[in-house]
Amino acid sequence: MSTIEIKKLTKNFGDFTAVRDADLSVKAGEVVCLLGPSGCGKTTTLRMIAGLERATSGDVMIAGQRMNELAPEKRNIAMVFQFYALYPALTIGQNIAMPLHYENLSKEEADARVMKVAKILHLTDVLDRMPGQVSEGEKQRIAVARAIVRDPNCFLFDEPLSRLDVELRHSMRSQIKEVLQGLSKATVIVTHDQLEALTMANRIAIMREGIIEQVGSPHDVFAKPVNVFVASFIGTPQMNLVEGDLKGFDDGRASISITGHDLDIIVDPAVSRLKASRVTVGIRPRAFLPVSDRGSDTISAEVELIEPMGAETLIHARTSIGGNIRVVIPREKRLKIGEALHLKPDPKQTHVFDEQGKAVRA
Amino acid sequence: MANTISILEKLGFRKASGVDEAGWGRTLFVAAVSLIYFLPVLFIIFTAFKPQASALSVPPTLSPTSLFGLIPDQFVFSPTLENFGSVFERSMTSGGAPEPTGFDRYFFNSIMIASMSVLLALIIGTLAAFGFSRYPLKGNDTYLFIILTTRMLPAIVVIIPVILMFRVVGLSGSYIGIIMLYTAFNLAFTIWMMKSFFDELSLDVEDAARIDGSTGLRVFFKICLPQVVAGLAATFVFGLILTWNEFLFALLLSGPDTRTVPVAMNQAVSSGGRGTDWTLLAAIETLFLIPVFVVTFFLQNHLLRGVTFGTVKR
Repeated sequence: MSTIEIKKLTKNFGDFTAVRDADLSVKAGEVVCLLGPSGCGKTTTLRMIAGLERATSGDVMIAGQRMNELAPEKRNIAMVFQFYALYPALTIGQNIAMPLHYENLSKEEADARVMKVAKILHLTDVLDRMPGQVSEGEKQRIAVARAIVRDPNCFLFDEPLSRLDVELRHSMRSQIKEVLQGLSKATVIVTHDQLEALTMANRIAIMREGIIEQVGSPHDVFAKPVNVFVASFIGTPQMNLVEGDLKGFDDGRASISITGHDLDIIVDPAVSRLKASRVTVGIRPRAFLPVSDRGSDTISAEVELIEPMGAETLIHARTSIGGNIRVVIPREKRLKIGEALHLKPDPKQTHVFDEQGKAVRA
Repeated sequence: MANTISILEKLGFRKASGVDEAGWGRTLFVAAVSLIYFLPVLFIIFTAFKPQASALSVPPTLSPTSLFGLIPDQFVFSPTLENFGSVFERSMTSGGAPEPTGFDRYFFNSIMIASMSVLLALIIGTLAAFGFSRYPLKGNDTYLFIILTTRMLPAIVVIIPVILMFRVVGLSGSYIGIIMLYTAFNLAFTIWMMKSFFDELSLDVEDAARIDGSTGLRVFFKICLPQVVAGLAATFVFGLILTWNEFLFALLLSGPDTRTVPVAMNQAVSSGGRGTDWTLLAAIETLFLIPVFVVTFFLQNHLLRGVTFGTVKR
């Protein structure tokens, strides 16, 4: 079975802890993205799975076997590197054939296998060239071809698309997704691009400072972020996060004082468990209903900056209580700078985070 | 107007912009400077072909042909191969029968000793450099520094202990002794040079090879070594030139059978009390140039890449 499991995986570099107690399991046929900002330990985690980095503690299990002490060449895995890591002195064909060395195939068999993946990834024309003579997009496809030419236990991708331009990235994303779907292997993709993660992954593991903060489906991490970090990291434009004091909870409505101004909004019933304390309210820019009248459940703001994004328009507004708020409105709705807005948060999409930054949710 | 410019361009008078090929003006200037650099070597090569009389004539003879009457007669010498013959065989006493000089042997010695020691140093040094680069020891830099200290002293300073050591173990005058010595001296240079080449390589590529199922040795031979061919060529040529021209150790540590050309050259021209035989010397030197010329010529593409390696981030 092609599975990956890491248990309490920790990596220290001297005093610095790059990864702390990471737990993650990837089923056969599942694609999991490790997503996080630069330096959050996602690549280190991947390299520990690959065996390129030795874990300080914890276990790496591939296909149900503990692999901690096994050298990378013995783990039977395939990996695509950020900078492709093609072998500069070998032709493209030889590059793709390199992993087949493992299996002691005859030359004909090996050539047939290379040809097969070259066809899948449209590389048949460049097999005789050197890595220096192909385009970035082709390099990327060669790296993928080299990974799928064998039948490994699992696939690992380290920022596979970061070097491509936007258009190429888009087409490669679907191409890789298609290829992976046909293979039903456990796959881990490291990326800092949330769009890449949201589109390619079955599940996303969001990392920060060496800790996996949340593992969930693309839908879950977007709709139910477990803490302030995940809430702010996932989604573009970023979620609006405002700190305030929770005064009380009554009949499904929380009364929250934000820099002296009271706001009564419908929130998750679980908020009733909270004592009066400091909280963070999170509302996505697309989760506002502009209403015509001011009310106790509306936020008043003034349009400050208008950024058309094509299908929608992003509004930066200054609230009456002195903060900045991002609102996305449909393109047809025309606003002018200085115009007053009354924004009513969508109760289903209003998140409350407690003093520790954890989401309060039933 | 545009026509004139294009004609001028064709003649090589170009505007200095961008990275165009240089025009004729610059090319001629560079050619002149190169000629000045090359002149001593050229003069030696010409001297090797001169009859003894014209070698010492004042004003000096400069050309083997009159270039269709362009060069006045007193500067022209009539070329001869006699000098090359007398490198290998000549009469030691006036009127005696020609005797072999042993220079064939000395040339063989030079080629054998230089190539063996440079190759040995290249093999050992490249492996060591890879080790230093990829599997650093605790205090890696200290070891590298110690290795370099062997090249920090002039040969004349270390020659006495080396002679004593060779005498004790009985290596004086043997091929093994001199080859070992040159290998040791080339090693420092080779390790440092090759380490810098290995340091430049992308580690991702090696990681990829490892994941693709290659063990350490396969990674080294199949992936790393092909990437540093330029470095190997450059190191080989520099090492070869240094070793080929080495005089002091060869003088004091080689025996009559293992004598190298630089030592033999010195003895050939200063023996007999007849003063320096310039044409003979020039002939030996010309022959002596050929092997290094040939090797450098065949490796020059690699050599250029090797020397400029790493100066531009690719």
